[in-house]
Amino acid sequence: MPLSTLCRNGAGTGAFVMRCLPLTLFFFSHPAFAAGAGAGASAWWVWPLALFVVCFFLGIVAVPAGVGGGVLFVPIVGSFFPFHLDFVRGAGLLVALASSLAAGPSLLKAGLANLRLAMPLAFGASVSAIGGAMLGLALPANVVQVALGLTILGIVVLMAVARKSEYPHVPASDPLSGMLGIHGIFRDAISGEDVSWQVHRTPLGMALFLVIGFLGGLFGVGAGWANVPVLNLLMGVPLKVAAGTSSLILTTASSSATWYYLDNGAILPIIAVPSVVGMMIGARIGAHLLSVLNASVIRRMVIAMLFVSGVGALLKGLGIWA
Amino acid sequence: MGLKDAGQYEEEQLRYAAWLHWSTLLGFLTLIGTFVAYVFGILPARIPLERLPQVWNLPADEYLKVTGMPKGWAWVGMLGSGDLASFLGIAILSGCSIFCILAVMSVYARRRDWIYLVLCVLEIVILVSAASGLLSGRH
Repeated sequence: MPLSTLCRNGAGTGAFVMRCLPLTLFFFSHPAFAAGAGAGASAWWVWPLALFVVCFFLGIVAVPAGVGGGVLFVPIVGSFFPFHLDFVRGAGLLVALASSLAAGPSLLKAGLANLRLAMPLAFGASVSAIGGAMLGLALPANVVQVALGLTILGIVVLMAVARKSEYPHVPASDPLSGMLGIHGIFRDAISGEDVSWQVHRTPLGMALFLVIGFLGGLFGVGAGWANVPVLNLLMGVPLKVAAGTSSLILTTASSSATWYYLDNGAILPIIAVPSVVGMMIGARIGAHLLSVLNASVIRRMVIAMLFVSGVGALLKGLGIWA
Repeated sequence: MGLKDAGQYEEEQLRYAAWLHWSTLLGFLTLIGTFVAYVFGILPARIPLERLPQVWNLPADEYLKVTGMPKGWAWVGMLGSGDLASFLGIAILSGCSIFCILAVMSVYARRRDWIYLVLCVLEIVILVSAASGLLSGRH
């Protein structure tokens, strides 16, 4: 069916994407495919091509599911592809970095990402991301794999139960955010109204960003899944500004860990570049399909995929599943 | 505390956005250009592409040992190799934040916004330390 026809039929598009991704993963993870890919000396391109296709579909579902590409990429590619987890995490960081860099300028211009809010939080996250990267490359792969599986299962729970608040009520800003001058006004494109916002619980938010940055560097998963709830539910940032600022924070936090992975030979262009390009093209299409895809169904599907890949990572790390 | 006009911070925000846009564009174009040159054999690879399936399942340190690929910044002197030329785009993308923070520092200095100026300096120190290999124990 041509894409234009699919786009006119919202339900058909959602069903198409939802059928394609699991089928693609099943096909590429099938032993017969793996045997074929490894059999011939000329078959080097098969896995990078498979990676591009899978990342393309991950990019499509990531946007309506409201998650960054990195959190889907690492557990899925780490579980179903033959690459060592070091290279998967390195590529995952680059995927998260590239996605946030691409979105950053328009978010900043629209006032949906706030530099003043992002800078202190990004500083803490970038310091701890390096610590996470150091530990991740020092630990044995199976230990990281088990920890990754447990973290992904924790993310599944967080995604399933966390609520969102469009405009959280912040009765008064805390002294630290007052001293730093963290506040803002953004125009809501839907209502056309200017919305003033301020934040509270800044010290606790900063402490949590240290933890989030560490996990991001350790697993290469980006951190939008945790940034947004902390900014929105804890600090009281309006949801759209929280999502935009989360992306801006990732540009710095992922960057510091990426440097460490690059410096230690843990980034392979043959894995990283098809992943980045596939994810970026998929994300652009996902953004265009946002109005026709059923976001809540896609979100549930993504949570199910994360659950399966989290269990997969756990079993792989424990040596139960190869 | 009453809310101030957010427009007072517009200059740094727009300057950061402009630098982010152009540095990201440069990074993506370099990444894709060098990768195409690599996989289509325009630039010869240090590790033949056919050999990659035998080494991409190794841990990073073992991969470096087996293949003899350079660590740290040694790749800069070997940009004629396709697999190492691709690092140039990755390095530019990883360095985007450094360019952007440097670009807004003068705005903070002019406004005498010392807290954010110090924050910028500390962030630059962290990113440059990570990039330099100092944190990996190399100089």
